[in-house]
Amino acid sequence: MQLALWTYEGPPHVGAMRVAAAMRGVHYVLHAPQGDTYADLLFTMIERSKTRPPVTYTTFQARDLGADTATLFRDQVRDAAERFKPEAMLVGASCTAELIQDDPGGLARSVGLAIPVIALELPAYQRKENWGASETFYQIVRQLAAVGDAPAESAPGPSCNILGPTALGFRNRDDLAEITRLIGRLGIRVNVTAPLGASPADIARLPFADFNVVLYPEIARQAADFLQRSAGQPCTRIIPIGHAATEAFVREVADLAGVDPAPALAPAEARSPWYARSVDSNYLTGKRVFVFGDATHAIACARVAARELGFQVVGLGTYSREFAREVRKEAELYGQEALIADDYLEVEAAITRAAPEIVLGTQMERHIAKKLNIPCAVISAPVHVQDFPARYSPVMGYEGANVLFDSFVHPLMMGLEEHLLHMFREDFEFTTDASPSHLGGAGLAVADAAGLAAQAPADSEASLAGPAWADDAEQEVRKIPFFVRSKARRNTEKYAEMHGIARITLDTLYEARAYYAR
Amino acid sequence: MSVTVEKSPEIAPPPVLRQRGQREVFCGLTGIVWLHRKMQDAFFLVVGSRTCAHLLQSAAGVMIFAEPRFATAIIGERDLAGLADANEELDRVVGELLARRPDIRVLFLVGSCPSEVIKLDLSRAAQRLSRNHDSVRVLHYSGSGIETTFTEGEDACLATLVPGLPVSTDGADLLVVGALADTVEDQFRRLFAAMGVVRVGFLPARRAAEPPSIGPHTRFILAQPFLAETARLLAKAGLKRISATMPLGAEGTRAWFTAIAGALDIPPSRVQEVTEIPYRRAESALRRMHAHLSGKSIFFFRDSQLEIPLARFAANELGMRLTEVGTPYLHRALIAEDLARLPTGITLSEGQDVERQLDRCRAIRPDLTVCGLGLANPLEAEGLTTKWSIELVFTPIQGFEQAADLAELFARPLRRRARLTV
Ligand code: SF4
Ligand code: SF4
Repeated sequence: MQLALWTYEGPPHVGAMRVAAAMRGVHYVLHAPQGDTYADLLFTMIERSKTRPPVTYTTFQARDLGADTATLFRDQVRDAAERFKPEAMLVGASCTAELIQDDPGGLARSVGLAIPVIALELPAYQRKENWGASETFYQIVRQLAAVGDAPAESAPGPSCNILGPTALGFRNRDDLAEITRLIGRLGIRVNVTAPLGASPADIARLPFADFNVVLYPEIARQAADFLQRSAGQPCTRIIPIGHAATEAFVREVADLAGVDPAPALAPAEARSPWYARSVDSNYLTGKRVFVFGDATHAIACARVAARELGFQVVGLGTYSREFAREVRKEAELYGQEALIADDYLEVEAAITRAAPEIVLGTQMERHIAKKLNIPCAVISAPVHVQDFPARYSPVMGYEGANVLFDSFVHPLMMGLEEHLLHMFREDFEFTTDASPSHLGGAGLAVADAAGLAAQAPADSEASLAGPAWADDAEQEVRKIPFFVRSKARRNTEKYAEMHGIARITLDTLYEARAYYAR
Repeated sequence: MSVTVEKSPEIAPPPVLRQRGQREVFCGLTGIVWLHRKMQDAFFLVVGSRTCAHLLQSAAGVMIFAEPRFATAIIGERDLAGLADANEELDRVVGELLARRPDIRVLFLVGSCPSEVIKLDLSRAAQRLSRNHDSVRVLHYSGSGIETTFTEGEDACLATLVPGLPVSTDGADLLVVGALADTVEDQFRRLFAAMGVVRVGFLPARRAAEPPSIGPHTRFILAQPFLAETARLLAKAGLKRISATMPLGAEGTRAWFTAIAGALDIPPSRVQEVTEIPYRRAESALRRMHAHLSGKSIFFFRDSQLEIPLARFAANELGMRLTEVGTPYLHRALIAEDLARLPTGITLSEGQDVERQLDRCRAIRPDLTVCGLGLANPLEAEGLTTKWSIELVFTPIQGFEQAADLAELFARPLRRRARLTV
C-alpha cells in the first residue's frame, strides 16, 4: 500500500484511452464502474476535445457482481459496435474489473464481431498510464500491421512513419506539425503518423515505410522495436528537443533515408542560438535550474537549459521508473544524483533542498514552485488546460527550440518583477508597523525592506547549524538585496565549511564572494 | 407568488423514463472534494487504486496546491497477492499520516470499488485504528462507484456521523443536514436567530470533532436533496423530518424557512417579518434575470440529484421551460415538495443510458443543457449551450442571497453565446 496525494500518472487504462482517443475508427470498451467515466473529462476539459473519447464503460454496480457482469460486458460490446461502427475494437478492464476476472478478450471474441478485437491486458496494480499507452499501441501495431505484405503500389523516394503522438500528450499536436515539416524539407515522404490521426487501415500500412521516427519513446519505443524486429525498419534514437538535438536528429534521419541533411540544417527561423548569445542573455548565466518530468522531456530540457542557455542544473529527475537508468546516467553529467520518484512530497523536498532559481517540471512542480515562490515553466505531462495553448507552440524542432528559449526565460523576468513587488509590499508593512528609527524616505525602500527582514523575530534565512556569523558580517549580508541574500548567505556558509572556518567575518564574506564570482 | 402551506402532491406525478446502459457520472469519492473543505479537522483516506487517486485529483482540478486533507492509500499487487497483510499495511499508512498531520481529529477511511471487491473490512479497521490512536476518531464509509453515485458519497459520509451525535435533553431544536458553504451557513444562522430558533445544529459541523447534539425533541431538515440514508438513520434515531422544498431561489428558501417555523411553532408572521428583506432582495434580483432566461428551454442530464429542485427553481422562479429532467435516483419522499411544484408535460428520467439520453438531447436541442464535465465541450461543439452540473454542487447556491448567483450560473452561458461573434 502506498500513500499518494497527487499522482503523476493515471492508471494504465487511461494510457490506453490516450491511444484510442488519438486514433480514428477504433472504439474501446472498458469494463469499469461508473466513477471511472471521470477520465472523459481529461480529454474534453483539459485538452478541450470536441468529441468524447471513443470509450464505452460498462458501469457495473455492486448488485451486478453476484449476477452477471459478463453478459453486461458482451451487451455493451455489441451495442458499441452497432452504434459507433469502428474498424477495430479495443477491450479491457479497469482496476476493479481486473479483480472480478471476467476476461474481456474472450467475452468480446464470443460476440463474433466482424472486425478485429484487440484485448488489452493492463495490470492496474503494477503499471501506470504511460506503460498502458505503450502497451496498447504495441498491441494495436502487433495485431494490425500487415507485416510481410507488399504495398499495393509503391511510391517513389524514401519514406518514414512518425510514431508516438497521442491525445493529452504535452504539445504533441504541434511537435508533430513541426517534425513533419522538417522531414518534408529533406524530401522524405511520411507514410503513416500514429497513433495520432491513424485509422486501423493506416496501422496496417506501417511496414511499408523505410524507417520509423520515434518522437516519444515512452509511448512508441516498444512498437518501434517490434517493427524493427519483424519488418526490418530501423528507428531514430535522437529526440529533436533543442537546437543541437534537432540538428543531430536531422542528420540521423537523413542518414537513415540516404539523403543530404543540408536542406534542414540552420534554417532562418532557428533564432534560439543567437538569442542565447546576445548580450541581454548574459544574466542567464549559471541560473540554478531544477528539472523534473517524464524521462524524455526531463533529459532534453536539462540539456537545453545547460548547453543552450548556460544554466546550471542543480537537480534532475523523473517519475518514469521505466526510464530511470537513462535519467541517472544523464544526471551524472551534471554531477547530480537523479531523483526517481512518483511521490510529490519527495519532489517538493528535493526542490526545496536544491534551492533553484527556476523549476522546469509538470503541473505538480508548477504548484510546488508557486508555493516556494520560484519561477517555473511546464515542460512535461501531466499538464493542465493552459498547457494546451491556442497558438502554435511545439517544443520539438527549430521552432520548438525558440519556444523553449522563451518559456525558460520569461518566468525569470516575471520572477524579478515579483520580487520587486514584494519589496514594496514589505516596505508598506514596515512603515506602518515597525519602530520609528527605521522610518526612511520612499527612496530608501530597498534598505528599509532589508532592515525589516533583519528585524524579523525568527530570521528564517539563518541556518540553524553551521558556522556562526560575526556581527560585522551579519550587518553586511543584510545590505544585500534580499532576493539574492539567502543565496549569498548559503554560499558563504558553504565556503566557510569547506575551509573549516567556524566564525564568518567580513573577510570570510568577501573571500566567499570572490570564490563564487563567475 | 405567495407563500403556500406545504401540501403533499395531489396532481398526478409526471411519467418516469427508466433506462439502463452506460452511466456517465462520478462515484461517491468525489464528495471528498467539498467535504474536506467543510470539515477542517477531518482527513479523508481513500483505500483504493491509482484510478481513485486520479479521479480525486481530476475532480479537484488540482486546485489546492497546499497539502490537501485527503489522500489515497493505493492498493498494490503485494497487497492483492497476500504478500503483505492489507490490514497491517493500512495501519502503517495511517500511522505515517497521523504522525505528519497531528491536527487531524477525525479520520474517514473511505472504501472504494477495489477495497470492496477484495472485501477489505474497513469498518473493523476503523474500530481498531480508533483504539490505537487516542486523539483521533476513525470512521468508515463507502464512496465506491459500485455502491455510490456522485453526491451519495456525502450521504454515506454524513450517515456515518449520525451514530456519533451526542444525545442530550438540551440538544438542538433544529438540525440542518447537508454540507453548506460557510457563508450560507452563517446567513442561515442569523435568520434562525432572528426567528427565535437559538439551538441550531449543522451536520456536518465545521469541526467534525465537535458534532451538534441532538435530543428526542430535535427536528431535522435537509438542505441537500441527496441525503436519503442520513435521513433514514436520523429518523431511526427518533428525529422527525421537516418536509420542504430545497432552499434554492427566493421562493424555495422562503418555503424552507416557513416549513421550519411551522414545525417549531413559530408564528408565520414572524417568518414573514424576518425573511421579508432578503426575500425581496432575492426576488427583485431574480426578476432582472427573467429577461435572459424566461421562455428558454433547459435539459438536465442525470448527475447530482439536485436536478429536481433545480428544475423547480428554473421553471417557477426563472420562467424557464423544462424538457427532460434526469436524476440518478428519485427519492420521492425527500423531494416531494419540489416534485409537486414541477409543471406538467415534462419527462423525468431515472437511471441512465448516456448514449440514448444524448440522442434525446440532440433531438430536443434545448437552449441550455446541464451536464457533466465529460459531455459539456462535445455538446458545445455541436452547437448546444451547457452548464456544468458540478459547479452547481461546488458553488454556494442555497439561500436568499445566493438566489441570483444560481440564476447567473444558468444565464451566463446563454449571455456568452449571444455575445460571441466567432
Ligand atoms: S468508481 Fe470505483 S474504482 Fe473508480 S474511482 Fe470510483 S471508487 Fe475508484
Ligand atoms: S493553477 Fe493550473 S493546475 Fe492549478 S487548477 Fe489552475 S489551471 Fe489547473
